[in-house]
Amino acid sequence: MAAPSKSVGKSTGDRLSCNTTSFQKKSRSKLVSIPGTRPSVQNGQLIVSTGVTSLDYVIGGGLAVGTLLLIEEDRYDSYSRMLLKYFLAEGVVCGHELYVASAQDHPSDIIQELPSPILDDIASPKPVESQTKPCDPEGPDTMSIAWRYQNLPKVQTALASSSRFGHYYDVSKTMDPEICQAARCHGFYLPEHSATVSSSPAPPPTATGQSPMPEAYVALLKNLQEVIHREGFDGSLPQTKSRNVLRIGLHSLGSALWGDDLCCRDNPSHGHALTTLLYGLRALLRSSLSVALVTVPSHLIQNKALMGRITRLCDTAVALESFRGSERETNPLYKDYHGLLNVCQVPHLNCLVCDLPDNKDLAFKLKRKQFTIERLHLPPDLSETVSRVSHGGLAGAAMLGSSGCGSAGNKHLDF
Amino acid sequence: MFAELNSILNSSPESFKQGEFILVSDRQTDASFLIHHFLSFYLRGCKVCFLGLVQSFSHYSAVSQRLGVSLNQAREKGQLVFLEGLKESLGVLLQGDTSNGTPALDFLRDPSSGLRGLYDFVHGNIRGSEGRAEDWGPPVLMVDDLSVVLSLGVSVGAVLDFSHYCRATFCSELQGTMVILVRCEAEEEEEESDEGSERLQRGLTHQCSLTLQVQGLPTGYCRDIHGEVEVCWRGRCDGLQIQRKLFQYKVCDKGTLFFARGTSSAVL
Repeated sequence: MAAPSKSVGKSTGDRLSCNTTSFQKKSRSKLVSIPGTRPSVQNGQLIVSTGVTSLDYVIGGGLAVGTLLLIEEDRYDSYSRMLLKYFLAEGVVCGHELYVASAQDHPSDIIQELPSPILDDIASPKPVESQTKPCDPEGPDTMSIAWRYQNLPKVQTALASSSRFGHYYDVSKTMDPEICQAARCHGFYLPEHSATVSSSPAPPPTATGQSPMPEAYVALLKNLQEVIHREGFDGSLPQTKSRNVLRIGLHSLGSALWGDDLCCRDNPSHGHALTTLLYGLRALLRSSLSVALVTVPSHLIQNKALMGRITRLCDTAVALESFRGSERETNPLYKDYHGLLNVCQVPHLNCLVCDLPDNKDLAFKLKRKQFTIERLHLPPDLSETVSRVSHGGLAGAAMLGSSGCGSAGNKHLDF
Repeated sequence: MFAELNSILNSSPESFKQGEFILVSDRQTDASFLIHHFLSFYLRGCKVCFLGLVQSFSHYSAVSQRLGVSLNQAREKGQLVFLEGLKESLGVLLQGDTSNGTPALDFLRDPSSGLRGLYDFVHGNIRGSEGRAEDWGPPVLMVDDLSVVLSLGVSVGAVLDFSHYCRATFCSELQGTMVILVRCEAEEEEEESDEGSERLQRGLTHQCSLTLQVQGLPTGYCRDIHGEVEVCWRGRCDGLQIQRKLFQYKVCDKGTLFFARGTSSAVL
């Protein structure tokens, strides 16, 4: 192993040895500039977009490079699969490399089904709300303060949108094959690998005769580590190669197709297989320029505490609950939405405090051109900045009313 | 180092109680801000052995920089011994039974063998550099997230053995201090409270001398009050009763505010 380098705290520039992690502090001289990433406004961390701009907003601006996003699947795995496709499509548009692993569908099938990005010149029939933002159209290309306003349509014909952060996709069309071909994609399809797994000599049994992880997970981790090392995401290649981010999408980990009986039994025989895999994955991510999205069918896992442990081992965790097939589908309260979204965990990375959302009741809706996430209920307005005197209209009337002689009462309150 | 927490615990870097076993536990929230406090507290004068099993060194280094302590300098001087669990674990997890890598993480290879390797690592590093061991104060052991080893297959009994051995070495023999973070997931009232991390937390609470239990607000999520901390001193042989205090807290960028229940500036 190389000697530890003392690069944390100094202006690191582009140096990334395999002993430092990908969390780079914002250095004064030059930032690591990779297309499709930007430093976070909170702590200067390098973040990428998840492909869904409203999800980026909800998890604090984006997904930090070197972290893991866990998505707890909805019952029919429709919206979580959609989020995985958005994530990979964003990688294609930004020019990142992709790594897709699945036990169910072939990775090339998943890549062919990616939604097509909305190009700028046909973006004119955009919804009205995006055009009401006041913005200087002659401003510089990349806005560092008002970056969210970058998504206003500009007159451009080429797909020169990699300077943007976060794109919109049209789910009714699939991505052009030429764009897909341009992206470098590594796939891991378990049935292809299981042939090699069973033919290789069995790992020597430990004292109790039981290895900590089933072979599928070991094969996945080994393959992922090999790809990261070969392509130089952990800094092992010389500096002449320009830096890029690897987007890892792992579909339905923990399901029975991976050889894990976590979802099938109350007392699984490999109870800690998935958690060990997630620990290894965390170690891989922290030491390379990569970001991972993992979907887990949590509704099949009986043990709530185990789900809690899985969430603890991931950095950001989001749970989806769709209304399809449940009685909520016809409930008028939820008629505008397709499901509920719960942000279970947001990481604190390199800082004590993270940006907490002010509201945790969120619902999502998948429209043709946008996956929107909105708040469902308004919480009580309890914050240090709220001015209590200005709510005098209603509060004053309430005080009058409660004193028993609310004669000059408010038109809203009638005692 | 959080000044308000120092006054709550009646300790300061110049004078703190020796031989303490401090247990930090949390339930459905994140108590790692207390670990950063204790790390910067004890690095002002003691030798610290830190087992960072869930985060990388640069994470702790970045936070400690804001709290005024440089981990890189401490590590170079020999004051801080840092085990980076994530970095060492990959080699052990993927290479099977080759004997490269530190034996400290042997439990990854074979979870039933327990945490003996980890204890040997800790023991060796505290005894090392005998000539300079007198420069620092009594040694301190800190473990960030002992409950993650339960997720990796180690049994609760093995973890309790490890903490018992460490307590015998650090607290009784060397009159140092131990700070351990344990995370629980389940609600306390659920029936399956015999789950691993609950048992671990109960076992460690029995062994320790000071606990700080962190949990979310019982009334729900609030943006300005991040949770509450219950500090509990266990009675010692000099007859002190068990003392409990409850505070609410809010984590800020460079520190944490602690206040009595209901006196948050957002409410008043």
